[in-house]
Amino acid sequence: MSLHVPSMGWRPVQGVPCLRPMSAGIGSSNQNVTHNSSLYKKPFEESFEETPLLVAVLTYMGYGILTIFGYLRDFLRHWSIEKCQVAREKEEQKDFVPLYQDFENFYTRNLYMRIRDNWNRPICSVPGAKMDLVESVSHDFNWTFEHTGRVVKDVINMGSYNYLGFAENNGACADAAIEATEKYGVGVASSRCEMGNLDIHEELERLVARFLGVESSMAFGMGFATNSMNIPALTGKGCLILSDELNHASLVLGARLAGSTIRVFKHNNMQSLEKLLRDAIAHGQPRTHRPWKKILIVVEGIYSMEGSIVRLPEVVALKKRYKAYLYLDEAHSIGALGPNGRGVVDYFGLDPKDVDIMMGTFTKSFGAAGGYIGGKKELIDYLRCHSHSALYAISMSPPVAQQIISSMKSIMGEDGTTLGADRLRQLSENTTYFRRKLREMGFIIYGNDDSPVVPMMLYMPAKIGAFGREMLKRNIGTVVVGFPATPIIESRARFCVSAAHTREMLDTALEATDEVGDLLQLKYSRREQPLPSLGWMAEESLLQD
Amino acid sequence: MNFKSFREYLSWLYYQYLLITGIYVLEPWEKSIFSSILFSAIGMVIYTSYVFVPIHVRLALEFFSGIFGGQSESTMALIN
Repeated sequence: MSLHVPSMGWRPVQGVPCLRPMSAGIGSSNQNVTHNSSLYKKPFEESFEETPLLVAVLTYMGYGILTIFGYLRDFLRHWSIEKCQVAREKEEQKDFVPLYQDFENFYTRNLYMRIRDNWNRPICSVPGAKMDLVESVSHDFNWTFEHTGRVVKDVINMGSYNYLGFAENNGACADAAIEATEKYGVGVASSRCEMGNLDIHEELERLVARFLGVESSMAFGMGFATNSMNIPALTGKGCLILSDELNHASLVLGARLAGSTIRVFKHNNMQSLEKLLRDAIAHGQPRTHRPWKKILIVVEGIYSMEGSIVRLPEVVALKKRYKAYLYLDEAHSIGALGPNGRGVVDYFGLDPKDVDIMMGTFTKSFGAAGGYIGGKKELIDYLRCHSHSALYAISMSPPVAQQIISSMKSIMGEDGTTLGADRLRQLSENTTYFRRKLREMGFIIYGNDDSPVVPMMLYMPAKIGAFGREMLKRNIGTVVVGFPATPIIESRARFCVSAAHTREMLDTALEATDEVGDLLQLKYSRREQPLPSLGWMAEESLLQD
Repeated sequence: MNFKSFREYLSWLYYQYLLITGIYVLEPWEKSIFSSILFSAIGMVIYTSYVFVPIHVRLALEFFSGIFGGQSESTMALIN
């Protein structure tokens, strides 16, 4: 394995007033300096601290040792010295092209299986700020699990996408959902375009359009299917899709199903995007050099593995200049960013009409399930007839639709209480507090200071399993992520801050993280910590000299 | 971190060894195989250096002093 230390560099990005015009962006060395700070109303601070060299070397060494043991175990399994508990081909198919020999399957068999108890933990309560887990043990090193019969109660939930705390089983939203179930039942028994279009769906769509500030919107039953089934309806052969390096699997799948040409630009790098746009317009389609039928830029609002926020003002400026279309996936940012909770467009203070296709999901901030697409009326009417999801997928279940309607009205303040505004404020306070405290403790935290997704770097493969288990011992449920969701040496633990977390819960979680960080030696950050300001005393000591 | 006893500190060091080499995730027999190979290799390195390093250092010093002062010594030997 070649030593490839990701050269991301520590890039503290302040609103640096830089006079370089947008068109001379090609060939700049520091790609994250805000070149057009006049487009941003407040400083855009993101940081991705570089991996320390010793940690990178030790991580590669750890993966090397585990790979050797993986080969040893595969050898023992192949020669039947050890019982084989993984999937393998049938006897008759042994001479066919092998199905399970690639690296992904090797990794799953030999590395993922050993620490599998950190994932798929069964939850037996509402995944709110605290939850109950079913205790399960494995006696054969994670190949099979059994439930002990006990329940681990009141585990602080730092992994659920519950940004505004709407995942609850009591309150106005739950009562309204119960009424909807009593009126409509639970299943719809048809797809949207056949017999599954209920009046509650129409009400939901009008409400979503009003919430986003667009002309019209359409709601789908599944967020993943919204992306993967609608991008093929929007683009086809002869179109160009410019997608960010770290886009979600649903966007990548939708782009591939569409059959368009896909070009990838570096993550959140506006110079790379501009270069691709200029090349596309100048050279046209690959062999014939005809102009592209459509150029679609696909970005996300918050990238959940990095915690970074898209540079939307610059993307919109580029889109207008080069006449491309913009598809914005606000899965994590809707409801979580912005003073009114209207997502990343609200956060930057832009006009929703600038974004051609605003997509989002109801899973994260609204406590429901499903996705939506918002935009001009012609676009949505076209999608109603041509989207695979509308034609074939079952439409959204009525209690889920009612939950979205009540939570959205609460966020907009139309239910008569200030609950929505309180939750939005609580979320942004919790985010700032949590991020600041983790940074002060010395962990490497990626991402933007305002994003409620907090990735904390772990790097070494053994620490992935150890972190998850140690946090569970201290009654905190966390999500740890490794390859293939992240680059191989950049495994991380991802915290999702919620408005339902009280200050005490966050303090408990921070204390436990501090303890586990010391135990596992996770405090890799090499930045100087800002000294606590002494206020008037500091000024006096300066004056005396 | 406060360690109540030296034993606790040693067990924390063992834990760090398991985490950094990555063998924390392996089954006990795999851990024993790896540790025995590693410590026998380290033991062999220590033994070899104990036996051979003084000899090599002495020979190297003789070689280098031979270059700088060796000519006068050999003429003395011829005369004698």
